[in-house]
Amino acid sequence: MSGAALGQWRGSRALRIGGCVVAAIVVLAVISPWIAPYSAVAFDVRLRFAPPSAIHLFGTDEFGRDVFSRVLVGARYSLAMGFGAMAISVVAGVPLGLLAAFHRGFAEAAIMRAVDLLISLPPILLGLLILAVTPPNLWKTIVAVGIVYIPILTRLTRSVALGLLEEDFVQAARARGEGAVSILAREILPNAWPPIIVESGLRVTFAILLGSSLSFLGLGPQPPSSEWGLMIAESRQFIDRAPWMGLAPGLSLCALLIAVNLFGEGLRERLDPRLSGRGGA
Amino acid sequence: MAGFVVRRLLAVVGVLLAMSVLIFAIVHILPGNVAYAILGEYATPGAVAALEAKLGLNEPLSVQYWHWLAQMLHGNLGQSLSMDRPAAPLIAGALGRSAILAGMSFTLVVLLGIGCGVYGATHKGRMSDRTLAFVQFLFIAVPDFFWAILAILFFAAWLHWLPATGYASIAEAGVGGWLAHLLLPVTVLTLGLTAHVSRLARSSMLEVLGSRYILAARAKGLPERLVLYRHALPNALPPAITVLAIDAGILMGGIVVIETVFAYPGLGRLLVYAIENRDLPLLQAGMMVVTAIYAIANLLADFSYALLDPRLRHGRSIR
Repeated sequence: MSGAALGQWRGSRALRIGGCVVAAIVVLAVISPWIAPYSAVAFDVRLRFAPPSAIHLFGTDEFGRDVFSRVLVGARYSLAMGFGAMAISVVAGVPLGLLAAFHRGFAEAAIMRAVDLLISLPPILLGLLILAVTPPNLWKTIVAVGIVYIPILTRLTRSVALGLLEEDFVQAARARGEGAVSILAREILPNAWPPIIVESGLRVTFAILLGSSLSFLGLGPQPPSSEWGLMIAESRQFIDRAPWMGLAPGLSLCALLIAVNLFGEGLRERLDPRLSGRGGA
Repeated sequence: MAGFVVRRLLAVVGVLLAMSVLIFAIVHILPGNVAYAILGEYATPGAVAALEAKLGLNEPLSVQYWHWLAQMLHGNLGQSLSMDRPAAPLIAGALGRSAILAGMSFTLVVLLGIGCGVYGATHKGRMSDRTLAFVQFLFIAVPDFFWAILAILFFAAWLHWLPATGYASIAEAGVGGWLAHLLLPVTVLTLGLTAHVSRLARSSMLEVLGSRYILAARAKGLPERLVLYRHALPNALPPAITVLAIDAGILMGGIVVIETVFAYPGLGRLLVYAIENRDLPLLQAGMMVVTAIYAIANLLADFSYALLDPRLRHGRSIR
């Protein structure tokens, strides 16, 4: 097997395995209310800190809640944060990038300076700042994470669009007298999608990570929610008595992140032939 | 080079000014009255009015902003509400302890990251390289707070080798006790970023090793060590330095989380404390300090980039 073919095969394998695991987690998250063996929020004081067993797969927590059911129901939060935040940054970042590429001058200067500014604060601190003032909840965390990644997509879209604007087919569209919206939507965007999809795919991992870090810090969904970062934070004080309380959501989060990351890398190798066979970062 | 330095310095001042507006705006304009945010939803109107007068919240926003900025330029970072003490010494103390954490981690990241990167590039495709790649993948994908919990579980809760949380100064606990408190947080902070840097260093090194002048250097019979460290590495470093600057930001974010997990009394913990206690003046001041440090880190990265790559010293666009 030649090197290129090997890269292709490995790429598609990462895509397949990652895709399957992500799909399985999505399905589990969607049907979790029906398949969870116990309620995610019901207390059972007789069963506090029960170790994992056949009855309670991942044991129980300090209120006697079934950790397995909580983890299962909690999957939706991580997924919502990862994909929801990414959707927000694509919906806001891509048009801004296109605008900056097309309207050189004031619009470009204003957008790109704002982008530089947002990038000049480390992501988690930007999230902290946005969430600090008002009481946190799931939606605010999703929006905050989404805002954090808007600048990256704006920059990427702009640089891709700038390259495309030089192409002959765009010049032809201009010569035909097509308007800005038509050129951007019909000529630029269809050709700009692959790098944008690749970048978004890789960013979903970071969005899930950032979202769970923020809720770990108490800036996400509030108790009694079973968001995984929050569950890990709550498990800290019982770590020597009931390690399963932190291990179960932690390992689930790892599995999700690794799967999403594999999927993103696989997508990149599939859509960006220049990168196949290179271990770029 | 002088022009480049001046331009970059001006840019940093611009970023800091704009950031001060942004931080001020987010704290003051977002829905939710500041006084209610501090006192809680059920505060009496009298208490709210008193606090607003104390904080100068009755004045127009532009005036408030100007006061805040002028005070900061005079070195007065404001007053912590929850502790009723000046914010500057609080932040300075926390910053010192965070700097120990960050300095140790960053040094290790640079050494280990570039070391592993060069090793991976020179052992490409071998078992050791692939093992390294797998470990790196694991460290990039798994959140650092989970590594931190695992580390506490193994080394503190089960083995009782190291203290689980907290900080002890050299004066209190001696060098041994001081290091014991630092070991776990530094290790956790280092691992993820090392993986990140070494991946990039590896691919950048591989690219350089494939170039013609390396072929020429090898062809004229230079020892491999000289080829690697005199010819290849200096050209492979600039991209790694850009990533190191980005990682300085990730490191600062990581510090917030890691300091919270290990109850380490640094700047990150202080920021989270300020948020939890609705101490907005302390939060504003802390955020400004972090922004300034981050801007300076980026500046230093740009300078070292320029020193390593003469073409950039005279170029117009430095990114």
